[in-house]
Amino acid sequence: MALIVVVALPLLAAFLCWLRPLRRIAWVSTVILLALTLSAAVFTAWQVLLTGRVIAIAGWFEADGLSALLLLMVTFVCTVAAIYSGGYMRHETQSQDRLWWFYSNYNLFVFSLVAVPALARVNLVWVAVELVTLFATLLVGYESTPGALEAAWKMAILTIMGAPISLFGFLTLYWAFRTAGGGTSETWQSLCAMAATMSPSLLKLSFLLVFVGFGAKAGLAPMHTWLPDAHSQAPTPICAVLSGMKTTIPLYAVLRLLSVVLGSPDARIGEWMVILGLFSVGIAAFLLLQVRDYKRMFAYSTVEHMGIILTATGFATHAAAYGAVAQMLNHSITKSLCFYAAGMVLLALETRQISRVRGLFRISPFAGSALLLCSLAIAGAPPFPIFLSEFSILSAGLRSGHSAAVIVLAILIVIAFVAIFLQINSMLFGEPSPAATPVLAPRSCRTAILLAVAPVLVFGIYIPGPVHSLMTLAAQQLGGH
Amino acid sequence: MASAQTQLVQGLNALAAGLVLLAAFGMVTTRQVQGVLRFLIVQSLFVAASAFLIGFNRCSVDLLALGCIMIASKVITIPWVLRRLLPGELYERREIDQFINIPTSLLIALLLAIAAEFLVGPLVTASADPVVQANLPIGMAGLLIGAYSLIARREAIPQLIGILAMENGAFFAGIAVAPDLPLIAELAIAIDVILIVVVVGVLTRNITRAVGTTEAAAMSELREEPRRWR
Repeated sequence: MALIVVVALPLLAAFLCWLRPLRRIAWVSTVILLALTLSAAVFTAWQVLLTGRVIAIAGWFEADGLSALLLLMVTFVCTVAAIYSGGYMRHETQSQDRLWWFYSNYNLFVFSLVAVPALARVNLVWVAVELVTLFATLLVGYESTPGALEAAWKMAILTIMGAPISLFGFLTLYWAFRTAGGGTSETWQSLCAMAATMSPSLLKLSFLLVFVGFGAKAGLAPMHTWLPDAHSQAPTPICAVLSGMKTTIPLYAVLRLLSVVLGSPDARIGEWMVILGLFSVGIAAFLLLQVRDYKRMFAYSTVEHMGIILTATGFATHAAAYGAVAQMLNHSITKSLCFYAAGMVLLALETRQISRVRGLFRISPFAGSALLLCSLAIAGAPPFPIFLSEFSILSAGLRSGHSAAVIVLAILIVIAFVAIFLQINSMLFGEPSPAATPVLAPRSCRTAILLAVAPVLVFGIYIPGPVHSLMTLAAQQLGGH
Repeated sequence: MASAQTQLVQGLNALAAGLVLLAAFGMVTTRQVQGVLRFLIVQSLFVAASAFLIGFNRCSVDLLALGCIMIASKVITIPWVLRRLLPGELYERREIDQFINIPTSLLIALLLAIAAEFLVGPLVTASADPVVQANLPIGMAGLLIGAYSLIARREAIPQLIGILAMENGAFFAGIAVAPDLPLIAELAIAIDVILIVVVVGVLTRNITRAVGTTEAAAMSELREEPRRWR
């Protein structure tokens, strides 16, 4: 039942924000209802830990370890981003009178994000992923400036073009499922059960199509070009959700399908995933060296992390799957924090150019320390959680006999690390320009940053027992042996 | 031996498949926005016809409903939405800018159709169903040709129509390979396609207001300029 609540509450919130008398309190109702959604997601995850699988409506809405973890991530990131929006949007946006529209659309976006992991029916997952893209497009273009509209347009064309391609893939998948003797109820679970008997060539074709279609949405290179544009133009709280969850959710669907394909005999698709993942990491690592806009920098870092997750699942062992799941979790909590910090800088200095930001520590110690902390965390310095998950992915890769890939991956991660630090270093230290005045960030933004910092600080040192068991369950769903 | 009725239906279905492909070629060769939209409607009608034919032959209510959904969404709703949202775009601008001229485009579309045949060839020979043999390669060809026209054209509405043509290709293959897809999934997919048109349409309208043109190539403010390290 809690699972239905998780899906229904954001819809209710969108409706409430749209009602005329309630438009003035759109932010308050969004935050309250999303916090309730988060608690319902926690309850669902707890039920999954107890019983292994939550079935709300059999064959339609079900949650296992992986989807429960994703639900937790989505609801946490989206709730904190909603809190952050309060102060940020009041200061930053040009279109104040349409804020109710922003929140209404934001809640619909959250609805589509939670629907993907909550749905068990594979064809409906396609619909939900497409809805994610559409609502994200509207939010990226919210400011209606030429830059924002251009970013929204690029994102729309590149990601919606993937829609028919992945639809073709899902229909082929259904064909494979039916000819192998599966019923009309095609869920992730029944797909995994039938994996060995489905025609390998059909499975491969459908995976290829879904990978092309959803890979563009997940921001995998070479289909990542919309990502930096969208992240530089969208309102900062939207960037946090875009980078933290909008890329992870299509990747989740791809990884689910990948676990089915890996279950079929004679599939060498794991090697391909390693190569494509490394390609994304490489492209991102070198682009990180030459960006000029700090929001774009964090966007390229997202491409890097999506590549790392894909590479890890390509290793196809249980340990690597655990690393991939941990990397997904750590990336979304850390990357959303990065954008909150970047938004603070933008509020204080009104520029996105790295070269125009100097001596941030003196202008705003709060924004400076948040930026330093999140860059250390996202680049993968110890003792932050990304260091742990990257380390476990590398060691799992070595043990599965992919030593060449592991060496390349390690080198690229180090390049990305150095690149991020060269950029951040020039922003944090030095003499501030005389025009800069100290700014106090809005209270809701500071609250959101403190909330977002907590898991990043804790998970690097200590992973609580329930979270660990949930991640282990999730890794089992990703397969591997 | 298949009955006479089944043979007739298969023949008619193959005819519909040919006409779907022909409509895809038509979209590539037409230079007027209106004309491209008309070819899309015609293509959607043939996709629906294929669903009706096979649904009638197999007494499948799902397929007949799919045909109705197809007509309701692609033939009635989507053109109506486009005309409501973007009258100026549809009627005033006549010629579409294209990277590659029409004869070359036609040649590329032909090559794509042949490539589609090879891409799904192994699957088609494995299946004994003549409906799959007709619909799967044509559906894939429709997908690829739609993708080509999306890439080659530089304006918003023709690009959107390219996406819809790709969707038609996927649907056309779906009639053959997934005829018993649950109706709720079909309905959700159709609503999703309509939402795509609404969102892209609204975006196009906002762009026309803010930038004054819908030439996608004119929008090039955002790009990566390399940073010089001192």
